[in-house]
Amino acid sequence: MKQLMSFIRKEFYHILRDRTTMLILLGIPIVQIILFGFALTTEVKNTEVAVLAPTNDEATQRIIDKLNASAYFDVVTQIHNTNEIQPIFRDAKAKLVVVFDDHFAEKLRHNGKAHIQLIADATDPNAATSFTFYATNIIAGYQQELMGETKNPYQITPEVKMLYNPQMIGAFNFVPGVLGMILILICAMMTSIAIVREKEKGTMEILLVSPMKPIYTILSKITPYFVLSCVNFATIMLLSVFVLKVPIAGSFMSLVVVSLLYIFVSLALGLLISTITTTQIAAMLFSGMGLMIPVMLLSGMIFPIENMPMPLQIFSSIVPARWYIAAVKAVMIQGLGFSAILKEMGILALMSTVLIGISLKLFKVRLE
Amino acid sequence: MENIIQHNSAKVIIAENLTKKFGSFTAVDNISFEVERGEIFGFLGANGAGKTTAMRMLCGLSIPSAGKGLVANYDIKTQTELVKKNIGYMSQKFSLYDDLKVWENIELFGGIYGMKDKEIKQKTDELMKVLNFEDERDKLVGSLPLGFKQKLAFSVSIFHNPQVVFLDEPTGGVDPITRRQFWELIYDAATRGITVFVTTHYMDEAEYCDRVSIMVDGKIEALDSPKNLKKQLNAKNMDEVFQQLARKSTRKAD
Repeated sequence: MKQLMSFIRKEFYHILRDRTTMLILLGIPIVQIILFGFALTTEVKNTEVAVLAPTNDEATQRIIDKLNASAYFDVVTQIHNTNEIQPIFRDAKAKLVVVFDDHFAEKLRHNGKAHIQLIADATDPNAATSFTFYATNIIAGYQQELMGETKNPYQITPEVKMLYNPQMIGAFNFVPGVLGMILILICAMMTSIAIVREKEKGTMEILLVSPMKPIYTILSKITPYFVLSCVNFATIMLLSVFVLKVPIAGSFMSLVVVSLLYIFVSLALGLLISTITTTQIAAMLFSGMGLMIPVMLLSGMIFPIENMPMPLQIFSSIVPARWYIAAVKAVMIQGLGFSAILKEMGILALMSTVLIGISLKLFKVRLE
Repeated sequence: MENIIQHNSAKVIIAENLTKKFGSFTAVDNISFEVERGEIFGFLGANGAGKTTAMRMLCGLSIPSAGKGLVANYDIKTQTELVKKNIGYMSQKFSLYDDLKVWENIELFGGIYGMKDKEIKQKTDELMKVLNFEDERDKLVGSLPLGFKQKLAFSVSIFHNPQVVFLDEPTGGVDPITRRQFWELIYDAATRGITVFVTTHYMDEAEYCDRVSIMVDGKIEALDSPKNLKKQLNAKNMDEVFQQLARKSTRKAD
């Protein structure tokens, strides 16, 4: 125990003395959350809208006002003829054209049914999907109001209900992603570098000659980064709840449990990297290339896994972040309980067992 | 086992037909020697002769392919933990942590070898006085000159009072005056009963040893006191002795 404590204290000295690295490690999550939450958002705001209302009546006016009042749209122009639609897009005057039936209010009153056509510039399909959704939601909102006022079953558009994230707030998607990325980077990259540094400097030899058990060496390397990861986890949680206003819909305990498991998997991965590399640079490249890119691209953080070709989908299932991000989304955004993430927990637990098993074996082989 | 311990209590290192093979390559080929308590034993050989491999086996880092070895009366095959507790080690690479203070390094290694806090503190005070390091106590090791570091590293390697200390080219890159001071520390350790097992490239240092062995291509070619070796080979100094023996080598240096 005394051995272990002296060694853990040493590891903390290493980290605390290296101010720059420590600041980077503590600062990364803050910067990323702010960046993803505000700057790199896929939310579409202030989309220019053109309106074509053959009959300008009370109903069309109210819908236009509603669109204009939302943060997502600016109604920039009114057109009077379908021929004008093409030039609007060609000249990039608007991204969305809202076309009302003629005699819109009248049709609505008499038939209980009227049509609105949403024509979107889909050059950027993601943005187009987003803002047409916002628009249909706003229209559905108006229909709702109207039904409330008159108790008549009016129907304007088919109701599109979007679960969990009706406005598709980008942060809902990014918080789990950033969490998944930061934790794996800090744990895996920093642990592997810390171990490889001892190899590179030659101090590992001294440790191997000492009566220090290899498992102690590993434990004491892991402990400080475990603490650091917990600090990062707390920072990300606080930022997302208080700055990005992403609520934790489900149980916080489940979130903590699955995060601890994921941290464990990442540490095991770091250990594995440290046993197969011999220089700090190699360890850094290995974890940078080998972890960051798969985590960014194949975890569902940016690109939906369902849209990937089959081979990539299969490959993505060995990326731990994929399962962790799925679990965090389930708990944090969808508010599901612990039983809903049992599959993800199981997979992560299996991964950690396999990784720890392999790296302990390799670590011993090196003692030979 | 029991017999060996009783009969060889004055022998701190015993190697009997030690062999290490890596695949078809025999790095250490059937070497046998004994080292007595308090002796300074020089372990010489060209690069690639098998010195490091032999030393790693004696430190319990590498399991011999064949043969037997006892260090501090513990079997290097089956009792590696006990071997490790009773030896000190200093490698050619600098073996302390640059970003820890002098006293923190000492405290760390004291802790690793299971010493009590009080003992560590008391011995640290003594050591700082002996080395004239009292002003450097709170400095980061990285800021010290190389000579200071080497002396400190050696003192740390024998801080837990091991029976044997293994020094792997400890004076590489150090100026002659510091090397001299370094050897004074080695002598001092030897008089306190610590056996010193040292590899070196400097032949003048070989002269300081009680006995030296010279390894060529995995085998021990010669083993005797420097004086006797020079007499046997009709050489002026250890450098000539080494040249004559090492010339037989057919192995390429690594």
